[in-house]
Amino acid sequence: MKWLERQRNFIDFTLSSLSRRKGKNAALMLVYTLLVFVISSVIFFTQAIRREAEALLTSAPDMILQRTVAGRHDLIPLSYGEKIKTIRGVKSVQGRLWGYYYHPAAHSNYTVMAADDVTSGDDTAAVGSGVARTWQTAGDNTLYMKAFDGKVLGLRIAKVFSDTTDLVAADLIVVSRATFGRLFGIAGTLATDLAMEIGNQKESATIALKIVQLYPDTRPILREEILRTYAAIFDWRSGYIIVLLSGTALAFIIFAWDKATGLSAEEKIEIGVLKALGWDTSDVLLMKFWEGTVISLTSFLLGVIAGYLHVFFASAPLFAHALKGWAILYPAFKLTPAVNAFQIGTLFFFTVVPYAIITIIPAWRMAITEPDAAMRQI
Amino acid sequence: MITLANISKTFNAGRQNEFTAVKGINLSIAMNTITVLKGPSGSGKTTLLSIIGCMARPTAGRITVQEREITSLPERFLTEIRRNTFGFVFQNFNLIKGVTALENVMFPAFPAGLRHAELQERAMRLLEKLKIASKARQNVESLSGGEQQRTAIARALINEPAVIIADEPTAHLDTELSGEFMDTMAGLHAEGKTILIASHDPLMAESENTHRVIELRDGQIIGEH
Repeated sequence: MKWLERQRNFIDFTLSSLSRRKGKNAALMLVYTLLVFVISSVIFFTQAIRREAEALLTSAPDMILQRTVAGRHDLIPLSYGEKIKTIRGVKSVQGRLWGYYYHPAAHSNYTVMAADDVTSGDDTAAVGSGVARTWQTAGDNTLYMKAFDGKVLGLRIAKVFSDTTDLVAADLIVVSRATFGRLFGIAGTLATDLAMEIGNQKESATIALKIVQLYPDTRPILREEILRTYAAIFDWRSGYIIVLLSGTALAFIIFAWDKATGLSAEEKIEIGVLKALGWDTSDVLLMKFWEGTVISLTSFLLGVIAGYLHVFFASAPLFAHALKGWAILYPAFKLTPAVNAFQIGTLFFFTVVPYAIITIIPAWRMAITEPDAAMRQI
Repeated sequence: MITLANISKTFNAGRQNEFTAVKGINLSIAMNTITVLKGPSGSGKTTLLSIIGCMARPTAGRITVQEREITSLPERFLTEIRRNTFGFVFQNFNLIKGVTALENVMFPAFPAGLRHAELQERAMRLLEKLKIASKARQNVESLSGGEQQRTAIARALINEPAVIIADEPTAHLDTELSGEFMDTMAGLHAEGKTILIASHDPLMAESENTHRVIELRDGQIIGEH
């Protein structure tokens, strides 16, 4: 009980001490909070977006097979799939049709995909919310597209995908296989690539090897490789933001170091007076420890909360363009909150702990001198 | 009884600017008396008070406070003695700026771990006793010299010490306020406190309340009456 009262008294003193140097402490807390805010925003954002992408990609095919001609991706004959199906371990092979369409009126590039289950008919399309937002449909809810031969195709929008798939589907237009063929002039015997399902994931590498032996002009891509690529992209992007932040971090370090390591003449006398009045060295250190903790912990909590609100409530307007999406159109969607305790713990360890410690050092130097000397500033 | 045996204090020992502020002082101060250390600036009054009040260690000699030898005590015990036995009124009062008179009075008792409400009540009682309770919630900078002095006395009394040490308490006060200070000290003496004052103000040395005057010059006692 006595211990608790002591702590309460010291915190009381600390708070009044902080309020006495309002300007300096407020400026420090502002920079500190800003730094934590930006770093935590990057952490929250990349974590949430990566989780979202991973969730979407789990439904991706186990393996994709592309054909290459002169090192470039080319259309693949569906007949390849017939032979590949006979390889032990391959459960299914599906020819996929996809490509890009540039719409001059919207100045945007869209991803067009063919699907087997378009039940609304060949004259319809299912689109991502980005398409619905940007394509100027002139009020009749129809996409007018120019085919490979110059003819115009009118496709009624039968469905708009939900926001949850926006990350990768914002710019997506899904049509029937027949419509896709009409639009791009691709024969029914060809596909953009082949999507495969494999019974046992451990056999993927062996199956890929057999396919390459069978068709040397193909390139198999495993799902794990896709996931790895996306992870690398996000790591690279968040690293890029953090590098940009290093200037702010450095400014903060210099500011904090100056504030924390140098005691003003007034503070020195104050420590001398407190010691003369019966405060022990450990009491002074405890008070300074609380001072450092109040500043750093408050800034940390404010920064993390502001970062959370910025990312999950405001959709990270400050740097979304640098971090978000690989769809051509920037998706507008709300991220599902995803917090990595380890990363937040690391941020805490590298911001709060060093600050709390460096504030103690100068106070300790001052506190171990005799109160008489501290008061006379000898 | 506070006893000083052959006390010396040298600053910056071994350096070019070495100087000895107090030289081989032997002195006994009876409890429940008002003693004034008198002397010109640089005579060693403040250093002697600091040594008696456990704010500085002597370079040589021994000090006994109420039968307890304190010279060789570690810092932690010295702090405890300083907190429980001595109350200080500094030159310029050294009140902590930016906070209220009430908080200033409470600060010395913070490490003792008393209940906050109890401590506040005790501080308010002292401020009432010194007739400054109405200014308790005001920041100390807004107080007059006399009010600051009374706040400093209340602060010195918060831990209920046996000895009050005052260093040049009237240096910045007019005759009326100086007289008021001496009356307050006389009142505390009547309550059983021991008062030790360092001052070159003749009002202190010549006050009828003063029991003993010790004259210092160049770090040595040169007279007593």
